[in-house]
Amino acid sequence: MADETSKHNSQKQAEGVGVGTHAHVHHEEHHHEVSFIRKYVFSTDHKVIGIQYGITSLLFLFFGFTLMMVMRWQLAYPGEPIPWIGLLLGADRAPDGIMLPEFYNQLGAMHGTIMVFLGVVPLAVGAFGNYVMPLQIGAIDMAFPKLNMMSYWVYFMGGVTMLVSFFLPGGAANSGWTSYAPLAVIATTGQTVWLIGMIFLITSSLLGSVNFIVTIIQLRTHGLTFMRLPFFVWAQFVTSFLLLLAFPPLEAAGILQLMDRVAGTSFFMPSGLVVSGIALPYTGGGSPLLWQHLFWFLAHPEVYVLILPAMGIVAEIIANNTRKPLWGYKSMVYAAIFLGFMSFVVWAHHMFMTGMGTTISAFFQTTTMIISIPSIIILTAFFLSLWGGSIRFTTPMLFALAFLPMFGIGGLTGLPLGLAPPDIHLHDTYYVIGHFHYVVAPGTLMALFAGIYYWYPKVTGRMMNDMLGKLHFWGSFIFLNGVFMPMFIQGLAGVSRRLYDGGEQYAHAQSVLQWNEVMSVSAWLLGLAQIPFIINFFLSAKNGKKVGDNPWDATTLDMAATTSPPLAHGNFERVPEVHRPPYEYSVPGAERDFIPQHERTA
Amino acid sequence: MNIPYTSTARPDTGLYNAKLGIWLFLASEVMLFGALFSTYILLRVNAVSWPHGYEILNVPLATLNTVVLISSSVTMVMAWASLMMKKFDKYKMYMGLTILLALVFLVVKYFEYSAKFEHHLYPSTNTFLAIYFTVTALHGLHIIGGVIVNAYLWGPGSKMWKTDPQRFTNRVEVAGLYWHFVDLVWIFLFPVLYLL
Amino acid sequence: MDTAHADDVKKTVRTYIFVFVALMGLTVITVAISYLHLSVTAAVTVALIVATVKASLVAMYFMHLVSERKAIYWTLALTAFFFILLMFLPIFTDQNSTRLFH
Repeated sequence: MADETSKHNSQKQAEGVGVGTHAHVHHEEHHHEVSFIRKYVFSTDHKVIGIQYGITSLLFLFFGFTLMMVMRWQLAYPGEPIPWIGLLLGADRAPDGIMLPEFYNQLGAMHGTIMVFLGVVPLAVGAFGNYVMPLQIGAIDMAFPKLNMMSYWVYFMGGVTMLVSFFLPGGAANSGWTSYAPLAVIATTGQTVWLIGMIFLITSSLLGSVNFIVTIIQLRTHGLTFMRLPFFVWAQFVTSFLLLLAFPPLEAAGILQLMDRVAGTSFFMPSGLVVSGIALPYTGGGSPLLWQHLFWFLAHPEVYVLILPAMGIVAEIIANNTRKPLWGYKSMVYAAIFLGFMSFVVWAHHMFMTGMGTTISAFFQTTTMIISIPSIIILTAFFLSLWGGSIRFTTPMLFALAFLPMFGIGGLTGLPLGLAPPDIHLHDTYYVIGHFHYVVAPGTLMALFAGIYYWYPKVTGRMMNDMLGKLHFWGSFIFLNGVFMPMFIQGLAGVSRRLYDGGEQYAHAQSVLQWNEVMSVSAWLLGLAQIPFIINFFLSAKNGKKVGDNPWDATTLDMAATTSPPLAHGNFERVPEVHRPPYEYSVPGAERDFIPQHERTA
Repeated sequence: MNIPYTSTARPDTGLYNAKLGIWLFLASEVMLFGALFSTYILLRVNAVSWPHGYEILNVPLATLNTVVLISSSVTMVMAWASLMMKKFDKYKMYMGLTILLALVFLVVKYFEYSAKFEHHLYPSTNTFLAIYFTVTALHGLHIIGGVIVNAYLWGPGSKMWKTDPQRFTNRVEVAGLYWHFVDLVWIFLFPVLYLL
Repeated sequence: MDTAHADDVKKTVRTYIFVFVALMGLTVITVAISYLHLSVTAAVTVALIVATVKASLVAMYFMHLVSERKAIYWTLALTAFFFILLMFLPIFTDQNSTRLFH
């Protein structure tokens, strides 16, 4: 019922600011001094919320990456004390600076959780979706601004909850980001806090997704039909439906696991469970597999929540920098919808090894092969869009171009995992880690960086430094591959993903052990490669080259119809009307090589 | 800077924002309770023995609660209809009744729970009681949420009737949609948990 | 129903009362049947049919689904599909899934 209150408050807010839809918006603003807190902390403006999401999620991304850099020390040099920070970690995590296996497990579980739920999704949906989507559809704000603010703060609380869990006795959750039962049910207190944190995060994304869908359906400006929406908006639209319908089953599962842990129920606990020779005080009768089903019912659509917004960003940047319309816009839209739909019907391909029957395996193999088709359609459309374009190799374009082969590798290496026979060999090896990291890290993260470089001038009114940007690009591109490519080699050799010593004690891992050091050094260099970005991000806000209102000569409303940065309340001086499809670049006979969507005549 | 379609419908969709919003929210609720319902089926099918609900639970009390909740759904829809007919006094009465009935439901639930605890029947006793307590408690939380919203619309929130009657009517309709959904969930929970 | 006029509402009030009576009647029926102690399959079938009828009445009339807009029908159709999928989950989880069909 939260949207009830939001409706109420959005009206109050509108009255408080007291502006009409017409042009003298900013004159009146001077009379109403909005307090600092209302303006930057508890703001209901979608742009401020987008920036809040952006900065918070970037910090979480960096934190999650740091956890991994620490883990990589243990994998490359097992049993050796961690330099510099080893002694700071404390005796219950790393006595004498040598990492304990329990702490290694915490790092692994929290790296996954933080990267997915606190880093990539909030950046892709919360930040880019919030900031860009209303601008692209010509809306003055989201449909429920107060709800939007709540969504951010609930996310923030979820993040704090997750961070606090590191300081509990026994540390943070340590049963993997998938929290499989019964292991997670009997784990330390950190798991309970993890579940509570997840309930916050699920609530936040629920509030967000309702808001996004209503905004896209209801607040599109005059003339902006569905087939004139920029692909980015379509991506956010499909993503929101995935979040809306796939997250509740995980919420249910989270509640059930919480009951198992707190109230002693046995939803996921089988009868007669004995751990370390001691019978557990559970009545039993539950099913550990139920957790996996409910978890993957969310977590497979979640993969597309990670990738679709990235595709949306890449679509905008490729159209803009090839100076030609996207190839096959309509097929891309239908592919995205089909992708979203199919993503609900493939979840059990994560579970081929759980002993499910061959009929069910066959069903999920088939759906998994089918879902690769729409991904390939979209990727092919991107490649064909490059053909014959006069490409501008700007920093965002470099990142967007890198996305294509990286996502390609990530997707294609997934095919063997989607078929049960090769999955028997590859299951739970580093091959799996390599596969999904190629999708999410060199894939989605590249696209998200592209988006940051692309929209930065719109948000701040200043360009980011090109030289630092290119340095950041090449460093990231090379070292990301340095981290993840060797994982395929190790995985094919059969090295398990869960080894605390990187495989040192296993005979079959000996021939590929040397890659551990390569990957670890690449990871640390990848960390160094982010320094130009961090410098660029902060310094450009003050010293960057000032830009005009349409810094990239783009056609979509977010770039073409607003000032840089857009007006604080209401976005537009006059709400634009749309007269044409989203990517009218290089139209024959036109004066310029682009025609913005809101321009009536060519 | 008013956000469009908060009180009037957008011509091409025929909906005002909050109505679409609440239906999307309810869609997610369907998936939430769906997952729990699915869990119930799984536990029951896999169980060595499964009690009949009426052997453990109090059917007369639950029947009373069903009657109470269905009645509150009717009073809720009458509250909205009263606003449509511009009868604010009647709205106040019907909305007040809705809240009262919801409170009756919660009180009955409280007695049911404490009777179980007195007989040392806890969520940890067996999977039947586990799912019974979890689902009814979650449903109870939904009732409490509904009571808070309805109380707001009955009390301080009803001032809006004077300033923006259309929007206020919409709010009551949206609160009603949620309330009927909570009723709808109970319509399934009652036979599944108590009668089978 | 935003465009409904007061007169239409008066007519629908009669519908609401009729639906209320029907819901009460169905509640009595479903409780009465439970005292017959039918076999589990029969009891489940009857109880779920009665519950579905009751739920449909609530959704159709109290929630006005008889005359709703396309966007909402589409949303609910999508949800219904995924809901049904969720109901298959116990079959996927049960390794001897054939047991369910006997």
